[in-house]
Amino acid sequence: MALILTEEQKMLKDSAKELLATKSPVSKMRDLRNSKYTPYDPKLWDEMVSMGWSALTIPESYNGLDFGFVGLGQVLEQTGRNLSKSPLVSSILLGTSALRLSDNEILKAKLFPGIMEGTCKLAFAMQEGIYHQTKLFKTSAVLEDENYTINGSKTIVIDGTTADHYIVVCQINDNLSLFIIDSNSKGITISKKILMDSGSYADVTFKNVSVSAENQLNIKLDGSQLLDQIMTIAYAGISAELLGICKQSFDITIKYLKERQQFGVIIGTYQALQHRAVILFSEIELCKSIVLKALQAIDNNDPEALKYSHLAKAKLCKTTKLVTNEAIQLHGGIGVTDDADIGFYLKRARVAKQLFGDYNYHLDQLAVIKGY
Amino acid sequence: MEIKTDVSLSNFRTETRAWLELNCPESMRQPIKDPSDLYWGGRNAKFKSEDQRLWFERMFEKKWVVPYWETKYGGGGLSSEENNILTQEMIRLGCRKPLYSFGISMLGPALLNFASEEQKLKYLPQIAEGKIWWCQGYSEPNAGSDLASLQTKAIDKGEYYEITGSKVWTSYADKSDWIFCLVRTDFNASKHNGISFILIDMASKGVSTRPIKLISGKSPFCETFFDAVKVPKENLIGEINEGWTIAKYLLTHERQMIGGIGETDIKKEVHSVALEKLPLNNNGSISDGVLRNQISDFEMDEEIFDLTIQRVTDEAKTGNNSGALSSFFKFYGTELNIARYELLMDISGTEALFWGENEKTEGDLARKFCRSKGNSIEGGTSEIQLNIISKLILGLPTK
Repeated sequence: MALILTEEQKMLKDSAKELLATKSPVSKMRDLRNSKYTPYDPKLWDEMVSMGWSALTIPESYNGLDFGFVGLGQVLEQTGRNLSKSPLVSSILLGTSALRLSDNEILKAKLFPGIMEGTCKLAFAMQEGIYHQTKLFKTSAVLEDENYTINGSKTIVIDGTTADHYIVVCQINDNLSLFIIDSNSKGITISKKILMDSGSYADVTFKNVSVSAENQLNIKLDGSQLLDQIMTIAYAGISAELLGICKQSFDITIKYLKERQQFGVIIGTYQALQHRAVILFSEIELCKSIVLKALQAIDNNDPEALKYSHLAKAKLCKTTKLVTNEAIQLHGGIGVTDDADIGFYLKRARVAKQLFGDYNYHLDQLAVIKGY
Repeated sequence: MEIKTDVSLSNFRTETRAWLELNCPESMRQPIKDPSDLYWGGRNAKFKSEDQRLWFERMFEKKWVVPYWETKYGGGGLSSEENNILTQEMIRLGCRKPLYSFGISMLGPALLNFASEEQKLKYLPQIAEGKIWWCQGYSEPNAGSDLASLQTKAIDKGEYYEITGSKVWTSYADKSDWIFCLVRTDFNASKHNGISFILIDMASKGVSTRPIKLISGKSPFCETFFDAVKVPKENLIGEINEGWTIAKYLLTHERQMIGGIGETDIKKEVHSVALEKLPLNNNGSISDGVLRNQISDFEMDEEIFDLTIQRVTDEAKTGNNSGALSSFFKFYGTELNIARYELLMDISGTEALFWGENEKTEGDLARKFCRSKGNSIEGGTSEIQLNIISKLILGLPTK
């Protein structure tokens, strides 16, 4: 399969580019921050829904567009470029993918319509400590009669304060299980956390929360395998956003190098700066390839999809760190002022890098997959 | 219409595969161990084995030595789709190229773009027949990165040019029959505007060569000297004083070759070498955590670089291509190869240091490591590639 976008995917990319650059540029994100860290603008979310983005990865059998993850990746790349805030990552990339991969058809029939309309918003509650991992969780689910009782604490739940339902990763003996839990259920405590990207996250505590066995995502499926599949999508999707962050930070920086004058010349004429810029260009060229490959691998059910997702997240975390750091340095003093947009890219990059594992985690997993 | 084309291409693939399986001798499907395993042709051509002769002659009769050139120039006249299929099938079976030749990879494209019809008909078929071994005369002792400041001069003597000067890094000059050269034909013009592209018979009076020994040992590189060599005027390619255009065009081809595009040999994975050499933990993982990370990081970049070659190749097929990207591939590909040998040296401990007295059979890794240091210099240094990308792709201003 050719490693390029199809015409339809290109059209989606172009429409996302246009909408977000006009309706949700970085200045909007600054406004949200300045308005007491408002999580996102509901009007923008409505626009996204009317563009069909909430239906992109929902199967046709549930009246979705089934457009594929390469498509969703194009939208996420543009949100990275514009630092647009919306429930796209929490509810569509994570929540909807978990539901899509589930074998609980009743839950799908119940929730997909609301998700597509944008009225039902999901959040993914997995992480417990200060690092990403996928093997062992303290949050437990215990079956009593027809219901499970959930106990435990989750952290870094993206959009955890505004979601209607949580998808919660729980430990049941030696295996994992995922449940959909109404965020208004009795026994849930939500504590809002603002991170350095001005985004809204939550610590969510479950104390003897009762949930029907019908809300289990994995009926016959193995919970750990289901989580691996969801993570394959999460890694690739966040990588797509990171790619947008890299590209935009780079473009802003190159523009600055062409304008800024010191010693009577444009600073972009200095070879020391030119070579640093080309190193960034080269690493971004590699990033473009692996993000597309990882997204295509998901759409094609490639048996190596998880490996490509690890490759994508590892490479994008490493490159985003390099690009955003260099972007600040190449801007000089203006780069560390709040007035300049470039600092927002540094701050979002640091959060997106840590979400679902940083460079070191994914590099280690790659070595494990290859048996060394 | 499209379906019909697909069917005919699919037939072409089936026939090609069958023909290659029948005609490519087993020994010509083995990986190349030594550069001397390759067949270069030329006036004094000698086949290293009966299989090598058979393979070349069969491919020659099939007109597949240069399958994509027009038949009037000695090529096979294949379409680019057919040529891709042939290349894919040859890679699949591990077939060696029947002829290694700078004539095919470098001079040929220049002639096709810049030579007169008469010159094309004279030189291209000789290349496709493997009759002439060509070498390239670009760099000079005082014109390396600053290639355009070259000083080898061609003086107009009416009937002929008289050429005096010296070239360096001329690969296989001591074995070649002809050389394609950049010479200065106008000393008053600015440095880029006084250069011409000319073909010189190495058997001419006044041409001599001297091999260059590298830090890795013997090498194909030579110095080449021209002492008042008479060269017929009809050997000039393109317009006089416009050789720099041809030079730039050819450098793009050279960069693609060095950068790894079109490279077909399969390299052993670094981590498999590591698993053989390094101590392991009980779970089979490499116990040296620092090296393990470095290997994983290297293999990440290596795999994604290959994907990038694929992506850019696929983009080029849709007409989306920037020639300056060859500088990116040259830069990144050679730096990766250097990193590869640094890692292999680290992984192999003191075993890597063995040099020995016989360079053909001993000290393979240490010598390859030393040789890799030239990768980011030959064909334009990494720094020159960064300059090109800065100017042509990023559009950063020059002073």
